[in-house]
Amino acid sequence: MIHKFSMNGVNVVLDVFSGAIHVADAIMYDIVDVYEEASRKEILEKFENKYTKDELNETMDELDELKNKEMLYAPDIYENIQDFVEAREPVVKALCLHIAHDCNMRCKYCFADEGEYHGHRSLMSSKVGKAAIDFVIKNSGKRKNLEVDFFGGEPLMNFDVVKDIVKYAREQEKKYDKNFRFTITTNGILLNDEIQDYINKNMHNVVISMDGRKEINDMMRPKAGGQGSYNTIVPKFQKLAESRHQTDYYIRGTFTRHNLDFSKDVLHMADLGFKQISVEPVVGGVDTDYAIREEDVPQIYDEYEKLASELYERHKKGGKQDFNFFHFNIDLTGGPCVIKRLAGCGSGTEYLAVTPEGDLYPCHQFVGLTDFKMGTVFDGIEREDIRDKFSKCNVYAKPECKKCWARFYCSGGCAANAYQFGKDILNPYEIGCKLQRKRIECAIMIKAKEFQEAEK
Amino acid sequence: MKHVKTMNTAMLKNTVAKGGCGECQTSCQSACKTSCTVANQACENR
Repeated sequence: MIHKFSMNGVNVVLDVFSGAIHVADAIMYDIVDVYEEASRKEILEKFENKYTKDELNETMDELDELKNKEMLYAPDIYENIQDFVEAREPVVKALCLHIAHDCNMRCKYCFADEGEYHGHRSLMSSKVGKAAIDFVIKNSGKRKNLEVDFFGGEPLMNFDVVKDIVKYAREQEKKYDKNFRFTITTNGILLNDEIQDYINKNMHNVVISMDGRKEINDMMRPKAGGQGSYNTIVPKFQKLAESRHQTDYYIRGTFTRHNLDFSKDVLHMADLGFKQISVEPVVGGVDTDYAIREEDVPQIYDEYEKLASELYERHKKGGKQDFNFFHFNIDLTGGPCVIKRLAGCGSGTEYLAVTPEGDLYPCHQFVGLTDFKMGTVFDGIEREDIRDKFSKCNVYAKPECKKCWARFYCSGGCAANAYQFGKDILNPYEIGCKLQRKRIECAIMIKAKEFQEAEK
Repeated sequence: MKHVKTMNTAMLKNTVAKGGCGECQTSCQSACKTSCTVANQACENR
């Protein structure tokens, strides 16, 4: 199976099952997909008015050479790996701790029901947090690296508990030969020097939330009192990013139907000095005015292409204007193993969310949907049927993914999005898939342009 | 080759034998947590 696309003056041919990526000239690009099914004779007849016989034969010789090296038209040898993925020892290695089901902002697209997650306002206690640490250590088997994300609501509204949990985890990791990596996600309202200092000393990564231009940010991300948040958070975020030497953080935003020209928001963040930027489409119900609709997709494609071209230019120039767009990051020479690529995010198996009360859910997006409550940090997993269902949620279990060229790059998409839109974790959210595929093409285009530059 | 240049030589199938240790970072795919292109993840076992 191959996938080809042409963007920003470069022709890319991707061989799905080998992972090889080729930059092709016009003739190669024209015939590469046809040649997978057709004979030499048929190709010569089909393209005789466009190319000479010699050119066509020469190109087909090259295609044969790539095929013999299994770098083109490689067979799918991975379907059986599904059994291995599903039979793996169930371990938990990552937790999302809902430190506070409360928030000091009222973001209009909040999936967390403005922090309450369809429940009531509540804060996690140190007791629950420590029990969560015990739970993940106990269930992590031989895995050494464990991840804990402090999430909300807004976790800075319960920051003393965050500190208690970190302290406790650091004590326990020594005893059990584990290595905790902490991340915190914050809206920045309560950020101050003391908290910044603590985050820099203790958090492996920090995700800070903001949507770009002031008018866009303030429209969707008002404070609890209704005022815009831009003026409060921007200086704090700039300071935090600098204090982390512009690394190991992401400023992340959401774009909606109200700012389909989101490339301007990304560039606005870059112009504010941020180097690690992540801006993503909102995943909202179809009944909202801000949700992305099918008819918006072509415009979003254009925006991604525009952004990718701009990013390529800024990478080339380097210096102050350069930045990193998270969704165009791709490692074509290394990256994870096929098993990771098939298994997906690990929600419901390796990755679980913990509510302030200590209830376990497959991930933060399922919190509050009581049918998905899996157990508690005190009693462990009680609903093994839910875990089994999620452990079988991989690329080869999803009919749509089995047809998709991007399966080894996206690993099957988000189970929660699939559930929200199709009521089935095995049925991917189609608009999400389209946008993901476009982002992958953009990411590869940038690499291909850089490759061409280097070859010159 | 004249008509094509190959950008990468890393072959997916070579990752099967040693893969699956599970030490790599979790890769959230939802839009609220900075969803990740899994292909950008680092392998902890290399």
